[in-house]
Formats: sequence, C-alpha cells, structure tokens
Amino acid sequence: MEFAELIKTPRVDGVVLHRPFMPTVEGTLCLTGHHLILSSRQDNTEELWLLHANIDSIEKRFVGSLGTIIVKCKDLRVIQLDIPGMEECLNIASSIEALSTLDSVSLMYPFFYRPLFEVIEDGWQLFVPEEAFKDLESMVLFYPWNETTLFGLPKEDEEDNIALWSAESAFTVDEAVMMRAAQPLTGTNGRRCKEDEKLINATLCAGKRGYIIDTRTIAVAQQAKTRGGGFEQEANYPQWRRIHKAIERSNVLQDSLIKLVEACNDQSHSMDRWLSKLEASNWQSKVKEILTTACLAAQCIDREGASVLVHGTEGTDSTLQVTSLAQIILDPACRTIRGFEVLIEREWLQAGHPFQQRCAQSAYSNGKPRSEAPVFLLFLDCVWQILRQFPCSFQFNENLLIMFFEHAYASQFGTFLGNCVAERVKLQLSQKTVSLWSWVNRPQELERFLNPLYEPNNLVIWPSVAPQSLLLWEGVFLRWNRSTKCLDEACQEMVHIIEYNKELQNKVNSLRRQLAQLETEDSPLQTP
Amino acid sequence: MIIYDIPAFPKENLVKVENVWLVDRSSSRRTQVGTLYLTATHTIFVGKGSEDRNELWVLHSLVCNVVKHKASQSGYPLLIHCKNFQVIQFIFPQESDCHDVYISLSRLSRPEKYEELYCFSFNPNVGKAEREHSWDFLDLKAEYSQMGLPNKLWHVSPINREYRVCDTYPADLFVPKSVTLPVIVGSSKFRSRGRFPTLSYYCKENHATICRSSQPLSGFSARCLEDEQMLQAIMKSNPESRFMYVVDTRPKLNAMANRAAGKGYENEDNYCNIKFQFIGIENIHVMRNSQQKLIEVSALRSPSMGEFLTGLENSDWLRHIKSIMEAGLFISKAVAEEGVSVLVHCSDGWDRTAQVCSVASVLLDPYYRTLKGLMVLFEKDWVSFGHRFSHRCGHLIGEAKEVSPVIDQFLECIWQLMEQFPCAFEYNEKFLISIHNHIYSCHYGNFICNSQKERKDLCIKEKTHSIWPHLWENKLDFMNPLFKPDQSQNQGLLRPSTAPYCFKYWRRLYNRFDRELHPRQSELDSLMTVKEETQQLEEELALYEQKMAVLDKEHAKTLYMQKGVLDSKQALWSLPLDTSLANTPQDYISGFIGGAPNVFTLQQGERESAEVCLYGDKTKSSDADNSDQESGVADFSSHSSGEESLPSEESVKDPDSDETGPNRA
Repeated sequence: MEFAELIKTPRVDGVVLHRPFMPTVEGTLCLTGHHLILSSRQDNTEELWLLHANIDSIEKRFVGSLGTIIVKCKDLRVIQLDIPGMEECLNIASSIEALSTLDSVSLMYPFFYRPLFEVIEDGWQLFVPEEAFKDLESMVLFYPWNETTLFGLPKEDEEDNIALWSAESAFTVDEAVMMRAAQPLTGTNGRRCKEDEKLINATLCAGKRGYIIDTRTIAVAQQAKTRGGGFEQEANYPQWRRIHKAIERSNVLQDSLIKLVEACNDQSHSMDRWLSKLEASNWQSKVKEILTTACLAAQCIDREGASVLVHGTEGTDSTLQVTSLAQIILDPACRTIRGFEVLIEREWLQAGHPFQQRCAQSAYSNGKPRSEAPVFLLFLDCVWQILRQFPCSFQFNENLLIMFFEHAYASQFGTFLGNCVAERVKLQLSQKTVSLWSWVNRPQELERFLNPLYEPNNLVIWPSVAPQSLLLWEGVFLRWNRSTKCLDEACQEMVHIIEYNKELQNKVNSLRRQLAQLETEDSPLQTP
Repeated sequence: MIIYDIPAFPKENLVKVENVWLVDRSSSRRTQVGTLYLTATHTIFVGKGSEDRNELWVLHSLVCNVVKHKASQSGYPLLIHCKNFQVIQFIFPQESDCHDVYISLSRLSRPEKYEELYCFSFNPNVGKAEREHSWDFLDLKAEYSQMGLPNKLWHVSPINREYRVCDTYPADLFVPKSVTLPVIVGSSKFRSRGRFPTLSYYCKENHATICRSSQPLSGFSARCLEDEQMLQAIMKSNPESRFMYVVDTRPKLNAMANRAAGKGYENEDNYCNIKFQFIGIENIHVMRNSQQKLIEVSALRSPSMGEFLTGLENSDWLRHIKSIMEAGLFISKAVAEEGVSVLVHCSDGWDRTAQVCSVASVLLDPYYRTLKGLMVLFEKDWVSFGHRFSHRCGHLIGEAKEVSPVIDQFLECIWQLMEQFPCAFEYNEKFLISIHNHIYSCHYGNFICNSQKERKDLCIKEKTHSIWPHLWENKLDFMNPLFKPDQSQNQGLLRPSTAPYCFKYWRRLYNRFDRELHPRQSELDSLMTVKEETQQLEEELALYEQKMAVLDKEHAKTLYMQKGVLDSKQALWSLPLDTSLANTPQDYISGFIGGAPNVFTLQQGERESAEVCLYGDKTKSSDADNSDQESGVADFSSHSSGEESLPSEESVKDPDSDETGPNRA
C-alpha cells in the first residue's frame, strides 16, 4: 500500500495552530506517511511534528468555510488546527483518520525511521537473560518451544513439565525468589497438575515458606474456575500460603483513565465537581491498590525471607505491575536508569505485556474499547509516587517516566511494538527498527533524565500508600493544562544549586592539592 | 529523667501517674509505657527506661479538647486533640487516674483569664532589656515608610490615638490627607464597630491603594455624607484613576440579610465612581464546620482513596481556600494591572477582610514573600488591625461559636501559592507551620487578645516575649533553598491559577504528626544541606585563594597548613537527611484480613536486615538505632495491639516541637 493513496491533500497553506500555553502559529500544514507537520517557514519558530500514531482521535467543526480540526493525542495533548477551505479540511481530517489507524504493524513509523544519531550501543542487546540470572546458581535458564517468554526455572525441573501449565519467571533477593505466572487451570472440578506442583514446590527448600499473591479477590478467582482457570489449592502446595488482593482487571482501567483525563481537561468546573470527578474516575484508588500489593509482595520477601509467586489471570498485566514495583522497592539497582530499563525489558517486554493491544488507544478513544488499557501508564504512575516519596533514591527523574509513557503509545523506535517476544521476533524488530534504548542511553539524552538529588541508597524503600500520601501525577495528567514555567524554573534552580556545589568542590579540591604540593616543595626550606 | 525547672511550678498541682501507655495511632507496635506528669503548663510523658528524647511535651494551651473513651481490655483511654492537629492517646491502668487527668487537663486547657496563659509564665533566660528589645524587632512605622508613606496624599491620623473612635483599630492609621477629622468621625459612625475606611497597602509605583473597613450601616436606604466623602477622598488619592472598587467579601445573600439589621453594603448610586463587587467568601461559622470536617478526614485511619477524596470534597475546605485566593487575586490585579484603588470589607472587617487584604499583598509585593515581610504582614494586617486572635483561636474558655480557622486559611493560601511558585518565596513550609503552631500555643504574647487596645491594657509588651526575634534567630530552618528573588516571574504580581486542580490538600499541616504519611526523604532538606555546604565551600575557597596569593608573593616560605580546615570532607548532603525517619513498611494488608477463608496473618519473623539504616550513615548501621526495621513485620497484622515494644527512634518528639519544652527553645 502506498501512503500517497491515503493523503488526499498533502499541503495546505494558512493553517493556524492553537496549543495550550503557547502562542498561535500560522503556517503550512503538510501530511506525510507518518507525520503531521506544521511549519511557519520562518526561522526561529517552532514547528509541529506530530506522529500520526500519536493521534488518538479527531473532531472537526465548521464555521462557514473555515474548518477546525481538534486533534487529541495519546500523550493527552489537545491541539487545534484552523484550516481555510472546507474541502481541504475534510481531506486532511480523513487522511489523518486513516493514517492514525493503520492496521498493519509493519507500516508503522519505526520501520521507516532512520536515526540521525550514531548508534553507539545497540539497545536490542541490552537485556541478555543469562546475564540477569547469572547469580542464581540453582536455576537453569531455558527457552521454551514457542519463544514467547524466557524463563528462569529451578534446575531439577524437566523441560516439558511446564508445557501445559503456567509460565513463570523469577527475580531473587538473597535466597527468596519472586516469581510470576498465570493462573493455574484447575477448573471447577479441581484439576491438579503434578508437574506444576513439583515446579512450584521445588522453588522452596525444606522449612522455607512462600506466598502466592493472587491479584484477584477470592470471589473473582472462584469465578475464574468456571472458565477453566482458578487458583492453587493449599493442600497441594503445602509450603505456600495464598493471599488475595483486589486489583481490578485491565478493561476497567481504560474507563478510569478516560474519566480522569476528562476531569483534568474540564477547566470550567467548580471545586466540588473536580474532586467528585477525580474520585469517580477511580484512578487514584487503583494507584493505591497496586502499590499496596507490590509492598505486600516486597514485605514477604524482605521481612519474611519468603518466596513469592504473583499471578492474576493471564499474568501479563496486574501481575507485572506488582512484580516490577516490588523490585523497585527492594532492589536499588532498579532505581538507576540502566536498571529501570532492564526492569522494563525483563518484567514488561520479555514477560509479554501486550503493548500493541494495550496502547492502541489512549484517553480520547471514542470507539468501543477492545483490549486497550493503561496498565503500563498506571505502573509508571506508581513509580512516580515512590519517586516523590524518595526523591533522592532514584537516578532518574520524572521526565524519564513521562518519556516511557509517550513512547509506549507512539514512537519512532521499535521497542514497544508487538505483544510478546514471539511477535517481535517474527517482525524482525531488532533488524528492522531502532531500539528506544539505543537512543535514551546516549549521554546527550540521558542528561535530561538525571535526578540531581540522586544519592545511591542500598536500602529497601517502603512507600506510604495512605490516600493522604498519594498525589495526582500532574506531570502527565495536567501537563497540557497549566503553565509549567515556574515549576521548570524550580527544577533548573535545583540542578544549578547542585552543580554549583560540585563545581566548588572541584575547585576546592584542586586548590587543596596545589597547596599541598607547594607545601612539600617548600618544606625543605623550612627544615634547615 | 531530667525534671525541667518550670517557673511558677505549683507542687500541689502536679499530677503524676505511672504505667501509662502512650499509643502511637499509626502503628500499635510503637506504643510505649511511661510516666505521665501534669504541670501547670504542660502535659509531659516520659517513656520508661529511655533517654531524655523519649519525652512528649504538650502545652496546655495547645489542647483543643480532651475525651475519655470507653474502657478497653488494656485500660482506660484518654484522647487529647490539639490545636496543631496532634492527636495523643493515653491508656491508663486505673479508671480513677484517667478521670483525674481528664478533669485536671480539662480545666488546665481552658483558662478563664489571660494571666493563666503560658506566655505570662514563659521565662527564657533573657534580661528585661532583651525582652523589651524583642518587641522592637518589627517597627510598623518604618515598614509604612518603606511602602512610601506618609507622602503628599496620605498621612497618619492622630484621631485614634486613645482608641476612642474605634477600639479595635490600631492607634496609628493612614487616611487621605484631604480628609478632615469630622469626616473620619462621621464615617466611623456609619460603619460597624466604628471601623472606618483606612489604608492597608499602598502601591508606590502607581499610587493605587488597598483600604479596609467594616460594612456600612446603610440598612435599606440610609446614607452618610461623611462616609461618601471618605470614599471619594480615597479614590482621589489615586490621581490617575477615575473610579475605585468596593469589594464586599461576603456572599450577596449574607450582605442583603444584614440590611435588615441596619447594616449592609454600599449603594452604587450614593457613592460617586465606585464599582461595587461581591466576592462570596463564607462566614466564620461555615469555615469552622468545614475545617472540622477536614480534620476528621485527615485523621481517618487507613481510609480508602474514595473515602478520603469524598471526605475532602464534602468538607468544602478547598472550595473556601479557592474563594479567598480568587478574592485576593481580583484585588491585586485591580491594583497592579488597572491601577485602581480598592476598598475591602466584610461584616466587621477583621476576618475575611484581613485574609483578602493580606493575600492580595503577598501576590502584589515580593517583600511579603520574604521572612521579614511575612512577619510584618502578620503584625500589620492581622495583629494591629484587630483580628480577634483570642476568640478565633479559643485562647480562653468562652464562646465556642467565635472560634474559626480564619488565620489557618491565610497560611494555607500562602502554602498553595508556594506550590505554584516554588522559587518566589524566601521562606519555606516549615515557617508557615511554625507560625501556625505559635499562634495557638500562647507561648509568645503576639497573638494574645483581640485588639491592640486590649494588649496595651494587659501590658503584653511588658509581661511577655515577642515571637519574631525567636523565629528570626532560627531563620536557617525556614529558608527556601529555591528562592530566586531576581527572577522576573518572581517579581511583581504573582498570577496564580485558580483552577480547582491547583488547590491541594495540605498534608504537612493537617497530618503534621503522622510522620509515616510524609515523604521519607525531603527534597527541601537535601537542598538546604547542599546550600549550607556550598557556603562552607565558598569560605574555604576564599581562604585557599588568599593563601595562594600569599604563596605567590612570598614564595611560600612560611606556609603552615591548617590541618583542620584542609581535612577532606565528604559530600555533606549525602549524609542522612533525617536519621530519625526510619523506612518502615506500612500496614499493607489491613482490610483484607478475615474477608476470605484462605487469607491469614503472617507471623512475625525475626530477620536481621543487612540494610538497617536508610540514609547511608554506614557507621550507625546494625545497631538498635533503627529498630523499626526489625519490628516492622508486626505490621502485617493489623490486630496485634498492646505488644511491648519500645520505640528507640524518635517517634513521639516532633523535631520542630521546640515550643513544647520550656527551656529548649
């Protein structure tokens, strides 16, 4: 297919662009296969480059022959384009609609994008499973038949034992392990699987205990039995204890995001309405639920020295939120930029979170939701909450989290394409696209994401999950609704304070050395 | 333990009860046993077998109410709610002890006479001269002259020198020069409680002013020529402008209802060139109820997100804060952008009027965003203009209906502004909280009584100390490291957004004593430490540069190194931010226990954690200093109460509660 077929009017002059808290720009609008571009063709003026993939939905309006297209983006930005000429406007609108909803993955921009920077370190090679698990002596790593996921498994298990049952992956702290899985397929008549029991029980030495954290309520888990799913019967897993937590399913999440963003975008309403809409969106409750569960998992490992197995239904959504947050709480390495990337790579990409499906639409989707859900965004929100509570314990700042949110929804990089490793292999992403990590990890880019207050902290960090302690993530949800001038200034000042301090330290140190040198040179003079 | 030398310590009043439990409401495992003392001024709890920091001092004047709860298994609980939002729970083994303490504390915390207040017995070791000097720390006359007054249009009127025209106003008042004494007297007779229009803020750049008064006694049709002349004169004192705003901060309905009582608001037809405007800020009773609801929400124990947000919404508190902010913004814009003078009033002109005028001043003038400036603002717009501190803060036993958090709302407006403009304020949040504490503590004389006249009659300046020098001495704690006075957006008028989502819940104030709810690391504290270190480095650098210069000259013949200064220092700010803040897991499982058949309570597991100390103070790790790490496991069970575990970390003594111990400040 040629993109040209979809672009009925490639260029319109005299288009006026309105963006919140920015001056309006008049210029020429161009449509390309992947971008919407507006340029005033003057020097020193900012241009708009918008990926079609970033467009969540559009609205058109007409006043006389002046058409207006309101473009709502997946990063929650809303922009307005005034286009003279009804026909041009209609053409542009239908082109945008078509180009922003392309079905085929292989037509996405990452397959066409050529980096303007030199790839020093190929991000596709960032995560090598053998490396990550190499400290686990009693584990073997193996690649199952379908290459959907990578596993770290106890050595004594046979390869095919797990074939019928849940997929698991592990993270360790000392001798305790954290694993994730999907639900066991016990069904209504309580089917058992010797291999699964053996696999799970094998992770615990004699006398050790483990906790199975089921992210569903007991009622939901019971219900799952009627569809062939279920939960572990404790009699069959004697060393394990099961805890149920109520994390809602991902389909409810999408609705929650839509309501939250609607509340944030409504400038007109009163205090009462704002708070009641914020409450009704339920987003903050979900942040609390997930953080609580992650803390519980971390607590089992750190305080009890017990192993933990986390699962919900599929093991690709709430399970990943819980296991990855627990690692951030427990493991200082995950609070570095590199470590956080590895965490996303291991706990989200390799673990098969279906990014393509979940991030197909964002808060402005007006169609019937299919499998869209801001599971990853909610995870990032939770990380932000911990970051707010431990502002000196993370190597990165909020910008990194926001950047991940943007790229999960629309990107020039191939990292978040596809729904699992198997799909990515099939798409040959590592050959045909550039990895997000190749770009982020360049020193020039990294600078933007560094937290000036960072001081490595080897401890477990326990966040507060009380409603009083959890905040609305303004950096994402109010990003386009307020002027950030004063807040940006504060960030710059913070960087300045710390850089100035370091600069002084260097000066003092070098002077101190010079003085010491002079002293030794002089000392023979003093001792006759 | 150390028994503090408490002045005027009446031995017969001393109550001492042993084996009292102090319950930490956030987690039962920090509950401790100790001895409770009631002195004339403080309730003191001393933890058993602990060093002196394990003490809790509570000023009686900070106690809001004392409640006996139903006896439980562990004993007889007594709950003390404080005006600084601290909630303290004691459990007594004997009912009679509980009752005795209840009776004594109820009496001690509700003084009938001013002389019983703590400020009259508070006696730091300073001489008479120094005390008197403390009252000269702020000089309002000098402050007005900083503002550009008196000048050719405004002067101080001697009319209220003896407080005869208005006994709730200060002695010195600025009025337009063109106004004659009979006009002032006439106008004052036409205003509630004689509070005639007088100057609050003068804008040097464009001569626009903010004036304040009480409501006019206009009823349905009454007029007063002198009052009309007064307003005319105020307008004319701003030569550039052709009209002035009259802002009634009440809801229109309230103002109209007042007409029936012979009060009311200005009729635009009777006053030349005024633009009249209502701004609906609710009255003190609505505010009192609103804050009561907010306090209930803030004190909820492990609420769900829904409960919290619904409670916050139902309290209406943030809506009121927003309306005050909007009023302040309206006035400051009129002054700065339109160059128009504004007369502000409510009913009596000492609550909403004070709030709105002072918020407008903070928005208008960078001076009030400095430490000194805010102190001046308090003295000027609140203390001198007769905000009824004693009534509103309930210093004395009396009308509960007079109590209202008017001053809390002003402090909160500043805090909300600090959230929007992090670099515009010289002071930080701690400064506001400290002022809040002292307004209620009656530790210093500044916020006693309801007017300047009352304070004079009581000889406050002779008998008590002033708060401001005390705060000034500790100013290092109150500095905002991000303050950038030179930045253009921090100069001139601040234009805050008043969109609802810009108003946030002030956790640091309302959950001040719930330490587990606050961030475990503080951006503010780290930055302050960095700045402090930077200053030291600058000094060190200057010293070295000086030495280098000397060396260059004399070829270093007589150089002696000063070892002490040259000792290499590690980054100071990487050291613990606050070692007393242990990282402890919360109760993450409560509410899920007991619901389902298969869930259970985790047992307490003793596990030595290698990572004992949070803030990298490696030398201290693994000692008992941070026992929270180990005992944290108990939190899995929300039901295990009354277990005996003494907190070794500072769980009861708030770091900035210097005000609660008499000889510590």
